Amino acid sequence: MSTAAPTAPARPRVAREIDLRAVAPFLALALLLVLGTLANDNFLSIANLTNVITRSAFIAIIAVGATYVISSGGLDLSVGSMVAFVASLMILFLNSGTIADPTTNLLAGVVLAIVIGALCGLANGLIVTLGRIEPFIVTLGTMGIFRGLTTWLSQGGAITLRDRDVQSLYRPVYFGEILGVPIPILFIAATAALAAFVLYRTRYGRHLLAVGSNEDVARYSGLPVGRVRTLAYVVQGLCVAVAVLLYVPRLGSTTATTGTLWELQAITAVVVGGTALRGGVGRIWGTVCGAFILEIVGNIMLLSNFVSEYLIAAIQGAIIIVAMLVQRSLARRS
Amino acid sequence: MRQQFFGLAVAAVAAFAALAQPASAQEGKKYTVGVSIPAADHGWTAGVVFHAQRVAKLLMEEHPGLNVVVKTSPDPASQANAVQDLAVQGLDALVILPTDPDPLVNAIQQVKDGGAFVALVDRAPSDNDDSVRDLYVAGNNPALGRVAGEYIAKTTPDAQVVVVRGLPIPIDQQRQDGFDEGIKGSNVKVLDRQYGNWNRDDAFRVMQDYLTKYPKIDVVWCQDDDMAVGVLEAIEQANRSDIQYVVAGAGSKDMIKRVMDGDKMIPVDVLYPPAMVGTAMELTVAHLYDQTPVSGSYILDATLVTKDNAKEFYFPESPF
Repeated sequence: MSTAAPTAPARPRVAREIDLRAVAPFLALALLLVLGTLANDNFLSIANLTNVITRSAFIAIIAVGATYVISSGGLDLSVGSMVAFVASLMILFLNSGTIADPTTNLLAGVVLAIVIGALCGLANGLIVTLGRIEPFIVTLGTMGIFRGLTTWLSQGGAITLRDRDVQSLYRPVYFGEILGVPIPILFIAATAALAAFVLYRTRYGRHLLAVGSNEDVARYSGLPVGRVRTLAYVVQGLCVAVAVLLYVPRLGSTTATTGTLWELQAITAVVVGGTALRGGVGRIWGTVCGAFILEIVGNIMLLSNFVSEYLIAAIQGAIIIVAMLVQRSLARRS
Repeated sequence: MRQQFFGLAVAAVAAFAALAQPASAQEGKKYTVGVSIPAADHGWTAGVVFHAQRVAKLLMEEHPGLNVVVKTSPDPASQANAVQDLAVQGLDALVILPTDPDPLVNAIQQVKDGGAFVALVDRAPSDNDDSVRDLYVAGNNPALGRVAGEYIAKTTPDAQVVVVRGLPIPIDQQRQDGFDEGIKGSNVKVLDRQYGNWNRDDAFRVMQDYLTKYPKIDVVWCQDDDMAVGVLEAIEQANRSDIQYVVAGAGSKDMIKRVMDGDKMIPVDVLYPPAMVGTAMELTVAHLYDQTPVSGSYILDATLVTKDNAKEFYFPESPF
């Protein structure tokens, strides 16, 4: 996997501590891979692993954005509804036939999705910072708004991409491969690499972590706290838009239930990946690993013959808790 | 016979209009019918809303004195309020598809005690007798499974089948039991059953994993048209040619269209039509204007939609 390499962009001074904490999610992932191999012979096949990682792309990319919001001390519950909303608007635009040429139409749709995603994030961020309201409440509100607007746009049914040309042009973005690597996996790698660069190597990234670890200190140090926090939500919106760009070509349609509970999966991926919910720490590659873990747990359950379908949710929950406990004990030992 | 009547009720209000003509002496009478249904929160309920509004319009055109009020509610509490609001306006009849039947029994009972005719649709409370409602119209969940099972047993008697279930609720269990009954005595073998939550993305995931787990699958039964979208996409991506066909159910316009067009992967669909709310409304109005006796239970067949009859069940303007 492409993710194992850049585990520790750690500063040399505290290398030993950071190392173990950052590596913990990858150890959990390795453990799951062993468990999966025991469960089913086909588990380790390239076909299955690429399927699973490709499938995790939506949550992984959204969770990269969530890492920004959470490490800035915020929270975004609206991402699942936002996916449905942005994807619905994108499909409606592609269907509207404003632009006759399919390629230009598609490109305009892509730009539109990114702009809408950024605007949705900006709305969340501005209400949180200017309105001085708890992010939990703000994004709970916008979660309802995005979901309601999607249901209204679709009249409760489905919004389906109708143009055959656009469909065949767009389909490879989810199902295609470059040099044998499915395109969504490349999307994950690119998004995470960019996000990691910004978070660890730029001034904005350092400001973000400073605001997340102590807002007051950051303010007294002269940081533009409001702007930094708002931008984190914009990054989240952009990540949602990127996830939408992958989601639309898969089924070519959205429904009123698209993306339900994805916000919880994204937050779980972030936490499993080693980012603290209280803010101040952000681990992009850990988050991506967390998203893989979530998807692989589901995959193992389905491939194994020894778990009743009624018990899957319980065992998934237990595995996540155990993975967290393993991480904690590793972190303490260091 | 019942099937024929069903065809009339759902597809053709034209036929109904012809039936209602002789009753024109009654036309001057003023009646108010309240229709309380769940808000459109997924495909099937979106279909319910569409058909309730469609049939309401048609009925009011036929009977100038008739007023049909359609109200949608997202949850049982607000639906109870909506029913009370409707009752205040003075109802002659109530057609209700409860979001959750048991919490709504009291509200329905009040309307019935007030002397209105009550038609209950699809979801029945634990005590479903004539003390709460006059007419009960519903689809047939066990039959939805049985018809699918029988079709698979007849078309491919030795098939290896994977099943994508809905959510762990009684309706889903009834469908599974019906399916088992349908394939009884044949060589059809169920390889696996997993929950797809009546959701496209979850069904896609489950199907991908089935394809990894089983080298040879003949037939997929996913009982729901929304889930079929995800299942088909997963099969197409895997480039697997062993899967002969997929049996879904409900009667969404996309799947009915595929059946109509002779799609090899979707040769049939099993009906569990959201238009049943229209059946209840038509019967209720027939009771008011034509004094036709309609009290009792009216269980729609889980009709097998094939290429030949698909046109009857195709509503291109419906959101579902």
